[in-house]
Amino acid sequence: MFELLGIPPQALFGQVLLGLINGSFYAVLSLGLAVIFGLLNIINFAHGALYMMGAFVSWMLLTYLGIPFWFALVISPIIVGALGMVIERTMLRPLHELDHLYSLLLTFGLTLVITGVFQNFYGVSGKPYPIPAALSGVMNLGFMFLPIYRGFIIVMAVIVCFATWFLIEKTRLGSYLRAATENPEMVSAFGINVPLLVTLTYGFGVALSAFAGVLAAPVYSVNPVMGNDLIIVVFAVIVIGGMGSIMGAIIGGFSLGLVEGLTKVFYPEASTTIIFIIMALVLLFKPSGIFGREV
Amino acid sequence: MTHTIEFPQSGASRPKAQTMLEVRGLNGWYGESHVLHDVDLTVNKGEVVTLLGRNGAGKTTTLKAIMGLLKSRSGSIQFNGTELIDMPAREIAKLGVGYVPDDRGIFGSLSVMENLLLPPQVAEGGFDLHAIYELFPNLQERLDSYGNKLSGGEQQMLSIARILRTGALFVLMDEPTEGLAPVIIHQIGHTVRRLKKAGFTILLVEQNFHFARKLADRHYIVQEGKVVDQFRNDEIAGNLEKIQGYLGI
Repeated sequence: MFELLGIPPQALFGQVLLGLINGSFYAVLSLGLAVIFGLLNIINFAHGALYMMGAFVSWMLLTYLGIPFWFALVISPIIVGALGMVIERTMLRPLHELDHLYSLLLTFGLTLVITGVFQNFYGVSGKPYPIPAALSGVMNLGFMFLPIYRGFIIVMAVIVCFATWFLIEKTRLGSYLRAATENPEMVSAFGINVPLLVTLTYGFGVALSAFAGVLAAPVYSVNPVMGNDLIIVVFAVIVIGGMGSIMGAIIGGFSLGLVEGLTKVFYPEASTTIIFIIMALVLLFKPSGIFGREV
Repeated sequence: MTHTIEFPQSGASRPKAQTMLEVRGLNGWYGESHVLHDVDLTVNKGEVVTLLGRNGAGKTTTLKAIMGLLKSRSGSIQFNGTELIDMPAREIAKLGVGYVPDDRGIFGSLSVMENLLLPPQVAEGGFDLHAIYELFPNLQERLDSYGNKLSGGEQQMLSIARILRTGALFVLMDEPTEGLAPVIIHQIGHTVRRLKKAGFTILLVEQNFHFARKLADRHYIVQEGKVVDQFRNDEIAGNLEKIQGYLGI
């Protein structure tokens, strides 16, 4: 087998795979944030806690009700998304006219509350969630062994990202959303219910984070703080991709995951900081982000 | 101009005129500042009525108040007998009120086609795309362009065109000629005449008096947030000096 700069290919491919898996979560989470930021102008700090809830709801469905992974993949985002809609209607809407900072603080506070409640009931140690039987095992790709569930995460993330992009860029509903992002007053003057659109959009963004949570449950341990570290990286991803940019979130998510994985191979010391270094560079040279529109 | 002969507004037909919009004692505020003071005006079915006045007189604000886009307003705005004063804009739009704003309200991040298809239909009988392309051939050539790539004239046409699809027969039009070349202004004048012929009722805000007098049945003069005078189009010639005084031209 060949070697690259003294790195065995198994290690390289292993890290590329890990990078792509992390990138899948970055992409789906930053996509939800981008959708929410685009229309609501809210930096949804609660995104990580809602991702954790997605994983926990999935775990509860299995543990208390015996509902398997495949159903949880649909039910959990619906439950958490509905909760998101309640949060938007009851808490975020009154802050709509105020500075961004208020909704940022509110969602930060919500993160602490949600995380605290789950810690109170479930402690900080992780709850195991089994990999669904149909997706267990490994596949021999010739150059490496691919755990099937990990491949499944990447495929699902790509599908969800593409579907969301399609919904927003290519459908009538998506055109309402883009129009309302630009000029909500004009959209309402056409007879479109903008407040409802806002609620549904927030619910959708939250459902995306819960979906990521369900996908994460079998690979990361399900615990109340699982969203905390992730969300910081995801914020860096959307700053790099461009706030509110759908493409920036998707491409930024996957490629930064990959960059992180490669850094682990070639210069492990920098692997946890590389994304933040890139963020700093992007902020210096193109503050609106790589895919962001210049203001 | 002979087109007025085709649409007589003689004394004989006037008693049959059906009131479409009736605004009584309309007051409006931007935050603390009181900008509309007891505005009264009436628009009958099938008429083209203008609001004339200098910059900042309150013409645009009056249209916004009717459309439900001015948050703070009081008085009465009846549209086909329905009171609009407490209605949100989206409900007013659904009653068949179309709005062509002064900034044209084109969505720059949407294609011309998406802009055109954006407003939901509110009534039967709107123009189909074929009729719209016939009226605005330039738009058909630019369907895939983004809204922010259009010229001012194209944006104005798109802004009018997308309302025609919805089936709304009453249109609030805010300075459709502003900043446009004479040839485009001519085309927009032609469009307004076509719409009138097709049964549309139009409340038009204008600063271009010469444009307005070629199209409208009646004119209201707006000054400092009040309607201070009104003229039928056939009274214009006899009151030219007075009107020019109001408008400062």
